[in-house]
Amino acid sequence: MSGATSQLAAHLSSSLNRFEGRLATRDSGLVKTAVLAVSLAFFAVFIFLPLVLVFAEAFRKGWDTYIAALADPDAVSAIRLTLLAAAIAVPLNLVFGISAAWAIARFEFRGRQFLITLIDLPFSVSPVVAGLVYVLIFGAHGWFGSWLQAYDIDIIFAVPGIVLATIFVTFPFVARELIPLMQSQGREEEEAAIILGASGWQTFWRVTLPNVKWALLYGVILCNARAMGEFGAVSVVSGHIRGETNTMPLHVEILYNEYQFAAAFAVASLLALLALVTLALKAYVEWQAARNVAKDSEG
Amino acid sequence: MSGANRVLPGFGLSLGYTLAYLSLIVLIPLSAVFVKAAAMDFERFWSVVASERVVATYKLSFGMSLLAASINVVFGLLLTWAIVRYSFPGKKIVDALIDLPFALPTAVAGIALTALYAPNGWIGQILEPLGIKIAFGPYGVLVALIFIGLPFVVRTVQPILEDFDAGFEEAAASLGATRWQTVRRVVFPALLPALLTGFALAFARGVGEYGSVIFIAGNIPFVSEITPLMIITRLEEFDYQGATAIASVMLVISFVLLLVINLLQGWVARSTPRAI
Amino acid sequence: MSIAIEHVVKSFGTFRALDDVSLALPRGELVALLGPSGCGKTTLLRIVAGLESADAGRILIDGQDATGKHVRERQVGFVFQHYALFRHMSVFENIAFGLRVKPRRERPTEAEIHRRVHKLLDLVQLGWLKDRSPAQLSGGQRQRIALARALAVEPQVLLLDEPFGALDAKVRKELRRWLRRLHDELHISSVFVTHDQEEALEVADRIVLMNKGRIEQVGTPHQIYQEPATSFAYSFIGNVNTFRGKIEGAFLRVGDDLLPHFQCNFAEGEPVVGYARPHDTEIVADTQETAGVAARINRVLTSGGTSRVELVANGPERGGAKDYFEVEIGSEDLSRLALANGQRVRLKSRRLSLFRDQA
Repeated sequence: MSGATSQLAAHLSSSLNRFEGRLATRDSGLVKTAVLAVSLAFFAVFIFLPLVLVFAEAFRKGWDTYIAALADPDAVSAIRLTLLAAAIAVPLNLVFGISAAWAIARFEFRGRQFLITLIDLPFSVSPVVAGLVYVLIFGAHGWFGSWLQAYDIDIIFAVPGIVLATIFVTFPFVARELIPLMQSQGREEEEAAIILGASGWQTFWRVTLPNVKWALLYGVILCNARAMGEFGAVSVVSGHIRGETNTMPLHVEILYNEYQFAAAFAVASLLALLALVTLALKAYVEWQAARNVAKDSEG
Repeated sequence: MSGANRVLPGFGLSLGYTLAYLSLIVLIPLSAVFVKAAAMDFERFWSVVASERVVATYKLSFGMSLLAASINVVFGLLLTWAIVRYSFPGKKIVDALIDLPFALPTAVAGIALTALYAPNGWIGQILEPLGIKIAFGPYGVLVALIFIGLPFVVRTVQPILEDFDAGFEEAAASLGATRWQTVRRVVFPALLPALLTGFALAFARGVGEYGSVIFIAGNIPFVSEITPLMIITRLEEFDYQGATAIASVMLVISFVLLLVINLLQGWVARSTPRAI
Repeated sequence: MSIAIEHVVKSFGTFRALDDVSLALPRGELVALLGPSGCGKTTLLRIVAGLESADAGRILIDGQDATGKHVRERQVGFVFQHYALFRHMSVFENIAFGLRVKPRRERPTEAEIHRRVHKLLDLVQLGWLKDRSPAQLSGGQRQRIALARALAVEPQVLLLDEPFGALDAKVRKELRRWLRRLHDELHISSVFVTHDQEEALEVADRIVLMNKGRIEQVGTPHQIYQEPATSFAYSFIGNVNTFRGKIEGAFLRVGDDLLPHFQCNFAEGEPVVGYARPHDTEIVADTQETAGVAARINRVLTSGGTSRVELVANGPERGGAKDYFEVEIGSEDLSRLALANGQRVRLKSRRLSLFRDQA
């Protein structure tokens, strides 16, 4: 009986926030109501309503219009190109992220901190500038423009340009998840593996990778979301050729500018769905990672 | 590498690959902007970056980014406080959806906000009779930048507030401070570095933002054009030099902001309070 | 296996962690590297393991030069301070790891791996934990699993970095005794690093006392405690009363007082430090006595057959703080002296060791 009551007490105190459970950190009911009202209203107006609106507009003219918008050959080719760009950019940045994290978190060398800053650089550059740089290099008037023309290779206003721009804007995602985690984990487990006779690859596959798998997945999920959703950078290099160099976000723009709102929101709803799946996966991964941390710090 | 810890293998390979890939994808392309800009003669460069229309875009981009970041600091702090300190139904969903602006493609955010705040939109039609016009004007830019910047503030402050030791507040209370005094003098100073970092991150993102803004801004010259749009406009006119000149200005600003953010983050790391 | 360390030098930037260290450790012994933090003991251990490379000098394991050998080939077992157990593997898999990663030709069969892991689990008496994950173990259990994992590859030398550092006092005592027993069973040459003198004195066959990148003294626990060779050894090991002053004939002048000494290898007027253990220090209550350092009784603590008397120096304060002394005397002597708090007495030493004052 006393076991049951203490369980109940534990349940009650865990359902109460740990700050609300302590007298000194508890706010008065009035303050709590006011803070919740203001902050949730702000959240609703700026975050929640836009999301709801995407789906509401997408289905406003019914299922048939919705399906028709998605089955349109231009839409299908945009979906295909978006998937292709992500399928190339994400693995490349994954390999890069692992390699950068290994070098930075497992060895000491001069300029390590500076290198981390450089890796973060693409996040602080405007996507429009990111697209422009490739135009300056591979465009008709760019560094390699005439050479590329001579060999009839299209990069700008073609698929390779879109892929390049996508790689640029998603460049840091995996690295920036892995580096801090691997730094905080230290290299003792790897050293232990090597002392026990493991080779470098054995150490990597059996010790390093299992220890960072959740952070890796987290980075990949965010990288993928951005790769599929990038607009500004891709817009500069794409040339907006329907059925050829249009990604889903660009297709949304074209439909919208042509006042085909229902179709635009139909394609947009697919991207919004992708965002929701991303957030759900992200929450799941965070939950898993937190569980692992809790397990590690037990006992 | 001094001392050479060669116990773990792969240093040369991983660092070499990292540097090569970084140079190829990021450093060399970015340097192209400066190389091309340096090749212009200064008068031409100046006439582009200091032209009236472009200067108007700086004012708009900076002004609205500052305003949006400030608004996000205030409401972001309240929202973070609600999520960390209170339990309420749907909290997990609110917490997860805070990241929506990171995950939702900017073009989708752009058309959704436009439809929402247009005169016939769900919110626009409430505001129109009050004489408030949001979409297709400078305040449209503000709304888009608030949307884009919110998670930067929340996600920077949240871990600090979560790790904040309740012992500090209990100590303050035991010394006779009122709840408000405790929050203002004990909690808030501890959050300040993170709040500033969140502000800087939201501001930096706002200055460069394109996708979510161009749909709602209306893009009226001298009124609601943002700087990134000017690069696009010049490109569409095949004025590569003009585009490059504006891009070089934006890049310099990005680098300065990156530096500021790095310094702020160092401050956050150093000033994170620990119970002794 | 025997370990020989020859003229090892190691610097980190401008900090000299090891300054020309040479040391020979005979086989089969349990050796403690003892010293304050930052003295270079962990660096030395990591260099012996091959986790760190020396800037100069050689490491010989069993007479063979191991300096250029990779950790993997040195056949050393290493137990990390925080154990470094693989957090995603079970206890069983942790111990089996070293066997599983052997090249295919040398890898034991699955049955053999099971047999050997179970044998090790029996050795560390934790067979019932084999399916747990490291996170579910207590600190002491983790320590023993880390040791079993290191032993699985049958190392020639076992190295332990602060093996009891992360444990609470009670568990630490138990594990100390256990490690000693285990060593007596296996007789594998072992070196452990510690900053805890009690631990070193209690467990080790031999203690290597280090300070500021140098070796101060090597000896058995008895030698280290009873015959400290240097000023540092005196002040680091055990409780000690310190007297600073100048030589004046058969006396050491400490402030206004004269303390008799029994060493004569110092020149007249030379600045020296004298050390005396509390049990070698005596209290003179006779007010007529003029020799000895003047002090005042502060507190008397009695526990069991002996008592500890805490005294405050009479002399001027140095650096804002008074000098404190401690004297250990038998209960009979204590009652004979009939000391009262605040009473003025003099201190002498039956055994005063003098060292040139470096400060």
